Amino acid sequence: MQKLEHEQAITVSNVTMQYPSSTALALNDVSLEIQPGEFMSFLGPSGSGKTTLLSLIAGFVNPSSGTVSIGGNQIDGLKPHRRDLGVVFQNYLLFPHMSVFDNVAYPLRQRKMDKSQIREKVTRALALVRLDPYADRLPKELSGGQQQRVAFARAIVFDPRALLMDEPLGALDKNLRSEMQRELARIHRELGMTFVFVTHDQEEALVLSDRIAVFNDGRIEQIGTPEDLYYRPSSLFVGRFLGDSNVFSGKIDVETSTFISPAGSAYLTREELEKTDANVMIVRPEAISIAPKTDTNTDGFEAAVREIVFTGSNVTVYMEFGDGTPGIAKLTMSEASKLAVGQAVTVSWDQLRQHLIHDDGLTS
Amino acid sequence: MTAQILSIPGSSKSRFRTGGVSAGGLAIPALIALGVFFVYPITLIVWLSFTSPEIGFGHYLSLLTDGVTVTVMLRTIAVGLIVGLATLIIGYPYAYSMTVVSPGWRTVMMTMVMLPFWVNIIARTFAWFILESRGGLIDQFFQALGINGVVLLNTWGGVAIAMTQVMLPFMVLPLYTQMSTIDRGLLRAAGSLGAKPVASFARIYMPLSLSGVMSGFSLVFVVALGFYITPALLGSPDQALLSQIIATRVQKLLDFPGAGAAGMLLLVVTLIILGVLNWLVRQANPLMKRGAA
Repeated sequence: MQKLEHEQAITVSNVTMQYPSSTALALNDVSLEIQPGEFMSFLGPSGSGKTTLLSLIAGFVNPSSGTVSIGGNQIDGLKPHRRDLGVVFQNYLLFPHMSVFDNVAYPLRQRKMDKSQIREKVTRALALVRLDPYADRLPKELSGGQQQRVAFARAIVFDPRALLMDEPLGALDKNLRSEMQRELARIHRELGMTFVFVTHDQEEALVLSDRIAVFNDGRIEQIGTPEDLYYRPSSLFVGRFLGDSNVFSGKIDVETSTFISPAGSAYLTREELEKTDANVMIVRPEAISIAPKTDTNTDGFEAAVREIVFTGSNVTVYMEFGDGTPGIAKLTMSEASKLAVGQAVTVSWDQLRQHLIHDDGLTS
Repeated sequence: MTAQILSIPGSSKSRFRTGGVSAGGLAIPALIALGVFFVYPITLIVWLSFTSPEIGFGHYLSLLTDGVTVTVMLRTIAVGLIVGLATLIIGYPYAYSMTVVSPGWRTVMMTMVMLPFWVNIIARTFAWFILESRGGLIDQFFQALGINGVVLLNTWGGVAIAMTQVMLPFMVLPLYTQMSTIDRGLLRAAGSLGAKPVASFARIYMPLSLSGVMSGFSLVFVVALGFYITPALLGSPDQALLSQIIATRVQKLLDFPGAGAAGMLLLVVTLIILGVLNWLVRQANPLMKRGAA
């Protein structure tokens, strides 16, 4: 389990998948390349195709068309046991009749390693996930989080070409989840192995990933770094899926260099003016500033405060703009202390933190 | 020990304990019925076998030395083991396929297992009588192949074949119950870890199905040992099984103590065999060894 020198990229080319039981396409002409050593997340709602793509890479199902290759070699038609990929399943799937040690040793025994080498590798893998004292226990004698760690150890002990994970933290409670997230990040750093991580939890994906592929309805909507996706979503779907946002539909007015929407008008930068087909502006709630409405500041967006919710680290303010568009802002305690429910306010934000996109589904 | 061997897979002692006194009270009618109709007669028979006409091991000694009973008992046990094995070999793949087919087919397969249960045992045995007799279907089949004189009637082999068919549900049901608790995802996991399908079946699926194998085999074996109708109709006196000997002693010779002794002997030998089998299975599956399935 040293850092692997000869990592190989996983390439998915034009993969389409249709299950025999369904008329809809589970995957529709999907292509992507996962770089060696990268932490790549597949993010999307359930039924969006992310788990199907993972299963295709693992070899549990075969694509209707298209190819999957690792390190330039096509692996289509190769049975799972010959692909040399580690898989962590959502429900762990530990072998209930084998001890923790035997579970982790299983892939090594399949590879006919000699006993001393197996002992050494298993011990090291269990140390990596901090389970060394539990080697003799049966899986059912462990907590959920510990079982999860065994599943990790078992999937990486044989130095697979990549580790594939299908919602591995889905069954854990919130505290354990964030602890395991940090563990995962640490293990990824220490091993330098390619990790492919399927999740429907946008926060988890943002925290862990080098890059995220956002799935929607069998297609990849966007691939990019967490910052890219969060601040520069390519579609309304991505913008909405990766967290709360203020969404204004409207159009660019070149004369006045503004984006005109029923809720108000915002000045645009020179680059933004070139996105002529843009019809939606997205502003994240953290970018929003709110000031009580006065007679002097009449431009900008006017809204009424509808709800103020204390969430611990900050305060979420729900608003309604003049045209009925819902609005959301995340403020500090001191910023929010000046506000009251029902109050008329003026909403503004830094020009650099607004984002224009074109959305086909929107007719305005 | 027997209670554990014969327990339905998935049940465990601890579940009884959690019920406490009130749940225990629900068992009282059954316990009374067992006491009156089972424990009392058994005790009486055992008592008679040691005391009538005089106190001692006379009946047991004569059983072991009469030159017939020991042979018959060994034959009975052999038939029980063969029937157990035969039902296992036929039933295991059947139960396995029940876990992988669609729910519709599963219902069909389940019905096919249960169907013989709804036909009277004597009717089924007579059906075998016709199949196995001289000039019967089996004889005709082998004659067509040029092999003459395959008449299974009046042989213990013919009895075993018929018993295998009769006992099949007792094997398939416990096997299916156990197999349906096995997560097939485990095989997928084993595949991803580098195991060939055959290897993952042998090291993952088989050990996890063992407690079902044990339940089914014990059930078939025990029921086969005491089977009467099928051996009585299809077998012959010179290839008799123990139940026939006991029946003869009771009905024709009115030798109740001797019959009781024969029954006791069979019980003891059965318990020893089941104990050994159970121990072997526990060695193979630590889940069962640690006593919490």
